[in-house]
Amino acid sequence: MSSPWPEINITVNGESHAVQAPPIKRLLDVLREDLHLTGTKEGCGEGECGSCSVRMNGELVNSCLLPVLQAEGACIQTVEGLAFNGELRPLQQAFLACGGAQCGICTPGMLMAATQLLTINPHPSLSEIREGLAGNLCRCTGFIRIFESVIAAVTSAPTTETTVHAR
Amino acid sequence: MRGNPEALAMVAPRSLSAVLELLASAPGEWTSIAGGTELMVAHAAGKLTATKLVSLWGIPDLRFIEATTAHISIGAGTTFRDLRAHTGIAAELPSLAKAASWIGSIANQSRATIGGNLVNGSPAADSSPALLVYDAEIELISVRGRRRIPYTDFHAGYKKNVMAADELLFAIHLPLRFALHRHYLRKVGTRRAMAISKVALAGTALVEDGRINEIRLAAASLAAFPKRLAQTESTLLGKMVNDESIQSARVALLAEAQPIDDIRSTAEYRRRVAANLLEEFLLGLCSEGSSK
Repeated sequence: MSSPWPEINITVNGESHAVQAPPIKRLLDVLREDLHLTGTKEGCGEGECGSCSVRMNGELVNSCLLPVLQAEGACIQTVEGLAFNGELRPLQQAFLACGGAQCGICTPGMLMAATQLLTINPHPSLSEIREGLAGNLCRCTGFIRIFESVIAAVTSAPTTETTVHAR
Repeated sequence: MRGNPEALAMVAPRSLSAVLELLASAPGEWTSIAGGTELMVAHAAGKLTATKLVSLWGIPDLRFIEATTAHISIGAGTTFRDLRAHTGIAAELPSLAKAASWIGSIANQSRATIGGNLVNGSPAADSSPALLVYDAEIELISVRGRRRIPYTDFHAGYKKNVMAADELLFAIHLPLRFALHRHYLRKVGTRRAMAISKVALAGTALVEDGRINEIRLAAASLAAFPKRLAQTESTLLGKMVNDESIQSARVALLAEAQPIDDIRSTAEYRRRVAANLLEEFLLGLCSEGSSK
C-alpha cells in the first residue's frame, strides 16, 4: 500500500533520503523510526533539555520541535555522523576519556551542541562552553566532566580537575 | 497526551505571496508556524487547537535585516540567532541584541523568530520590552496591502493582537535615534538559559545635565501583555534624577503594574523586583558613561 503522505527529501549525514511521513511528524521521530538512526534521543520533547539536538544546515536545532516538512531539502547531521570511517572524533574520545558520558541520554545532544560551538569558535573559553551547552541538561555528571571533555578536545594538554575548578 | 501528527494538515508554500493567498482564501482557517518553538510544544502536549498549519520557515522574503543610517528593518522570519549576529543591532539597539542572546538556548535561537515571539504574544516575551523602548513599528501584510502601526498598539489583551485573520506580520521597523540615550534591560528568571521571565524591564533615557529629557520604560510579565509604563514615565519626565524622583517613580510603577500570581512567581514579588529594576536603571543614569 502506498503512503498517503508526500515525499520529503532530506540529507542525513551525507546520505539523501526520501521519506514519506505526515508533514508535522517530528524530525526526531523520522530519524529514529523511519531512518533507524536511534543515536538521537528524546528527553523532554518540548525543547527544554537539548537531548534531541541535531545540526541542520550548520545550525543547532532541537529535532523534537521540527516538523519534518520544514527540513525539506536540508542537510542534517546527527551524532551518527560525527565519527569518520569508524574513528571517533577527538571530541567523542574526550568524552570517553574524561567521563563526560554516564547514562548517555544527554550525550548525543551534548556532542552536537559542542560540535556546533567548536565549528564557529574552535577555541572557546569556559564561559563560552557553558553558554554553548546551556540548552543541554545532564542529570548524571553535574556538567563539570562535560565541560572538561570539551576543553580536553580543544587543547592537547591533559585534562585535570583544576582546569575547570580553577575558575 | 501527545498530539497526533496524522490529524494535522501542514503546507509549506515557497513564496510570501502564496502564503498570503492561502490566508485570504480561507480567513481564520490556517495558522502560521515559523520556527515551531511555541506551536510544536503545544502540539507535543496535545494542546494545539489549530488543525491546519502553513509554514513560514525558509521564505526568503520574511528573513532579512536591512539597515540604513536612519532605521533598521527586521523581517518577521528573522531568527534570534540572526539578530544576535548583526553588528548594527548590537551597536545601535543593544538591548534588542541582549534580549536575543538570552532567549531559550542556542538551539531555540536557531529556530525562534522575532515575528513568532510577537504574534505568540506571551506577557513574558523576551524581545518585547526592548522593542517597546526603541519605538518599534509593526508592518502587517495581506493580499489587501500593507499597513504600519506602532508596536504599542499591536497587543490587544492576553495573547490577543490586532491582526486580521488574513494578515501576517511582515516586518519590524526601528528608528535609529538612540545613540545618545542610556539603554537598560534586565530579566529576572530562575537561570540564564531557558528560563521564562518572572519579570523584565527595559528602559531608554536621554539625560542632559542630570535632567531626564526623554524616558521610555517597558516591562514583561507586569500585565496581560508586554507594555510601556506610561504613568511611571510621566512621573520622571523633566525631573532631575535624585532620591525624591526615584521614590515617586517607584510609587508610580507599583500603582501601574498589574502582575499576577502564576507558576513562575507571585504578583508581589514581580512588583517589588520591577521597582528595584527601575531604581537600578535610574541610579545608573546618575553616573557618567553608558548604562548597558
